[in-house]
Amino acid sequence: MAKTVAATGNEAVANALRQVNPDVSAAYPITPATDIMQRFTSFVSNGKVKTEMILVESEHSAMSACIGASAAGGRVMTVTSSQGLALMWEMLFIASGLRLPIVMPVVNRALSAPLNIHCDHSDAMGARDSGWIQLWSENGQEAYDNTIQAFLIGEHMDIRLPVMVCMDGFIISHSIERIEYLEDNEVKNFIGEFRQLNPLLDIEHPVSYGPLILPDYYMEFRKAQDEVESKVFRVVLDAAKDFEKISGRKYGLFETYRLDDAEIGLVILNSAAGTSKDVIDEFRNRGIKAGLLKPRLYRPFPYKETGEALKHLKAVCVLDRADAFGGSYGPLFIDISTSLYTYSKKPILINKIYGLGGRDYLPEHAELVLNELTEIAKTEKVKTIKEYIGVRG
Amino acid sequence: MEKIFQRPASLKPVPFRYCPGCGHSLIHRLIAECIDNLGIREKVVGIAPVGCAVFAYDYFNFDMLEVAHGRPPAAATGYKRVMPDRIIFSYQGDGDLAAIGTAEIIHAANRGENISVFFVNNATYGMTGGQMAPTTLLGQKTTTTPFGRNNETAGYPLRVAELLSTIEGASYIVRTSVDSYKNIIGTKKAIEKSFRYQIEGKGFSLVEILSPCPVNWKLSPIDSLTWIQTEMVSVYPLGTFKDKIKEIE
Ligand SMILES: Cc1ncc(C[n+]2csc(CCOP(=O)(O)OP(=O)(O)O)c2C)c(N)n1
Repeated sequence: MAKTVAATGNEAVANALRQVNPDVSAAYPITPATDIMQRFTSFVSNGKVKTEMILVESEHSAMSACIGASAAGGRVMTVTSSQGLALMWEMLFIASGLRLPIVMPVVNRALSAPLNIHCDHSDAMGARDSGWIQLWSENGQEAYDNTIQAFLIGEHMDIRLPVMVCMDGFIISHSIERIEYLEDNEVKNFIGEFRQLNPLLDIEHPVSYGPLILPDYYMEFRKAQDEVESKVFRVVLDAAKDFEKISGRKYGLFETYRLDDAEIGLVILNSAAGTSKDVIDEFRNRGIKAGLLKPRLYRPFPYKETGEALKHLKAVCVLDRADAFGGSYGPLFIDISTSLYTYSKKPILINKIYGLGGRDYLPEHAELVLNELTEIAKTEKVKTIKEYIGVRG
Repeated sequence: MEKIFQRPASLKPVPFRYCPGCGHSLIHRLIAECIDNLGIREKVVGIAPVGCAVFAYDYFNFDMLEVAHGRPPAAATGYKRVMPDRIIFSYQGDGDLAAIGTAEIIHAANRGENISVFFVNNATYGMTGGQMAPTTLLGQKTTTTPFGRNNETAGYPLRVAELLSTIEGASYIVRTSVDSYKNIIGTKKAIEKSFRYQIEGKGFSLVEILSPCPVNWKLSPIDSLTWIQTEMVSVYPLGTFKDKIKEIE
């Protein structure tokens, strides 16, 4: 029987990690993720989990310790945000290259400089091509559910990849919501026993992790890594199906909201999707056919399915809570345009950058964008493709 | 009437927003007084840490640089190499200097960089809410060691002054405290000496300062001072661990 509680996003994720009861965790505190590791160390101290907790001296060491523990054959997790994730960068590629199914909730926070502790997605976006699977979460419930599913997905024998679970710093991590928890044994049965793949110290079958591979074989390794990405979609959908059986909650590669017959649409990640849905309802009440697509599995990105879901629209705005400083567009926009490029008939796309460093995303912002899309759908004319909104000067 | 006591020119006319009884405001003031005394305000550049004193630039009335958690000694090195006539100091907590930035401080000392480092040891990560630091005492309760630090899983208090004093490149390594008038005066003398060594090109110096954190220690400001005297000083003895110049002289 599920239990309904009032909890913050961090509390919910910490509870999911308690229910998973991993073998090892190594972590270094950083706002706004600190709260998760701090709650988890209490579970360790109070004997609620059997996890070996290592209070390391930095995130670089945290991820390194996780890599060691995972290669040794343990179920492993850590948590971080922003600068912590940035400092792990080197080790992120080692974890994915070694195919180690480490799970890491990332509480999204802006990157320095200037120093800022509030929400945007520049941290996880900076790690989007590191070979980690990324699941994004709109609210505390999704963060809880995604954390549990992350273990099943990453540890799947066809996959064996590390997984990041993203949620918005403060907006979700520190806000109290109604959340349904599964029973401890339901979570335990769902994720099952940890299965080892080529663990260290299996004396009969000695292995080396991460050896020097020169031009003779390096490319084959990379091709294998690319191939496994294509298997992730099915595994994510299977995990969602199994999860629905125990929770009653449905998950997919992305969520669509009033999109099937929509003419204009928003594509937006995480908590701001919630705000946008309310505004879409208002537009629908006024007879305007608006809809929304919220990516969930962001890496690997389901280009085909996303393109299919959006291709019938007249105009779409992709809202990015991070910019990709390449003289181009926000990272999500780049992916959405890629997903549509094979279609001859496709929506007109625009890109808005919003909410950086914790700047509020308000219903007025969604309204403004939907009005602009209505106009674009009518006239087929675009003033500016990319624009910052909610910004001075 | 003659004015005999005033705010140092090196501090901006704003109130400190640190917690009541926190050592940071006191140490900021001591540094500011020393800079005034030495008349170096116009050539000093401070490097702020990531930690509670991240706001140091709101208080110090001279140029400050903010980098990333643990990196001030490397940034200070770069600054000093470009502007050798400037006086560069880094101001760091025990998370910044003794956890995430351990490599930087050891190598800045080993290269004998001509900089001053003020290291505030409050035995915890203050800013993130009182987690265990490498400097946390055995048995000390923190938010990540609710039953006290246990050396079997979390190791031992790291003695930075002792560690750095073994490094040949370091010139002046001292540990002081701000738990009493006498020790506050001693801290000020050490800070001034560190700046003087830098002005005279005598190389790397570090002043480790035992400093109270009443909020995270869950003690009153006064009890925090007593805790330094009864608990901290026995693990972190005060004194000069290295003074290369004095040895040579
Ligand atoms: C790479 C990175 N990891 C973690 C943090 C989060 N963080 C900010 S301050 C801090 C600890 C500060 O403790 P300390 O240096 O002892 O200074 P105090 O706040 O006690 O003065 C941590 C872990 C960060 N900003 N950057």
